[in-house]
Amino acid sequence: MDSDDCIVCALALHLALLSMMAIGGGVVMLAPDIYRYVVASNHWITREQFAAAYTIAQAAPGPNMLYVTLVGWWVAGWAGAAAATLAITVPPLTFTLMLLRASRRHHGGRWGDAIAGGLAPVSVGLLAAGGWVLVRASDSGWRGALLAALTVVIAMRTRLNPIWLIAGGGFIGALHLV
Amino acid sequence: MSTLPAPPEPDHTVAPPPALRPLALFLAFSQMALSGFGGVMPFAYRFLVEKRQWLRPEQFAEMVALGQVLPGPTICNVSIMVGWRFAGVRGALASLSGMLTGPIMVVLLLGVGYQKFGASPHVHDALTGMSAVAAGLILSTALKMAVRLWRVAPVRWVKGSLCGFALLSFAGVGLMHWPLIEVVALLAPFAVGVAFFKPK
Repeated sequence: MDSDDCIVCALALHLALLSMMAIGGGVVMLAPDIYRYVVASNHWITREQFAAAYTIAQAAPGPNMLYVTLVGWWVAGWAGAAAATLAITVPPLTFTLMLLRASRRHHGGRWGDAIAGGLAPVSVGLLAAGGWVLVRASDSGWRGALLAALTVVIAMRTRLNPIWLIAGGGFIGALHLV
Repeated sequence: MSTLPAPPEPDHTVAPPPALRPLALFLAFSQMALSGFGGVMPFAYRFLVEKRQWLRPEQFAEMVALGQVLPGPTICNVSIMVGWRFAGVRGALASLSGMLTGPIMVVLLLGVGYQKFGASPHVHDALTGMSAVAAGLILSTALKMAVRLWRVAPVRWVKGSLCGFALLSFAGVGLMHWPLIEVVALLAPFAVGVAFFKPK
């Protein structure tokens, strides 16, 4: 029991420290480091489990960072899942909330608007980069890229609910077409 | 391109945000999160900007920008900012809980399912197809935001530099694989400078 507790504590501490470095929405970006810690160094879960956690969180509804919950669960059961999720979310989100509270007193002004307005095009580029990396990371080659491009066209030209597109993607995939 | 959704609001001045109860925010964010296959951002854009019109596209882009620069998952930061804007701290916590509660349960259920059926090649191939579509959805959200930023930019040199900054950050992170922090640190001073000096 004792050693289980220690694994939970160690995992939570490691993730909490990492969480503050997840700049750029990068809990996905943290994956290499989390992999190193739970698979390569400590052998708490296997490589296949880690990859599966990542893919499941990617495909499942909700924030993609929830692969961390699955990793925690496979490392140390329910306690591990809860500890990992809280460790990766609470520190940075507390910071955001404190920042919002502080900004109420000295709200924006011209510089505040300029910072928000100036960062907007940069974030559009970063978002596109995230999509691009996802296209490249898929092991489906040009057919995956074609499916992604087709999705862009449909999403730009219609107001079809994206759920149907995702379902279509799953269907096409299950038919071994991708 | 002609069938792009028209901008919904012609003369949206700085109207006060509608008051929303924390419960409404919790339900709204649960809905977005649970529809958000492959990533919530495209669904959040569709729900907050296109359907409910709680936010204008450029407000959404600004929140995403801030959410990316702050530590933590971008969509969670956006949830907190939206909740905060409409109902203060309680709204922020309600939105965040909505964003996380349902998806955590789904992910754990799928984890159980994976342990039983994960070996099936059908499951693997379906996941591959879904992630390709998810990538396309993220790209289309970025394109929609870019189109909107282009439209609201007042003059040509501002339009040009907006495109420049978007392309440079895309190329730096997506093509060159440079560290995101460094790319943002390099571009931000110039981008903020343009936003500061642009004509109204």
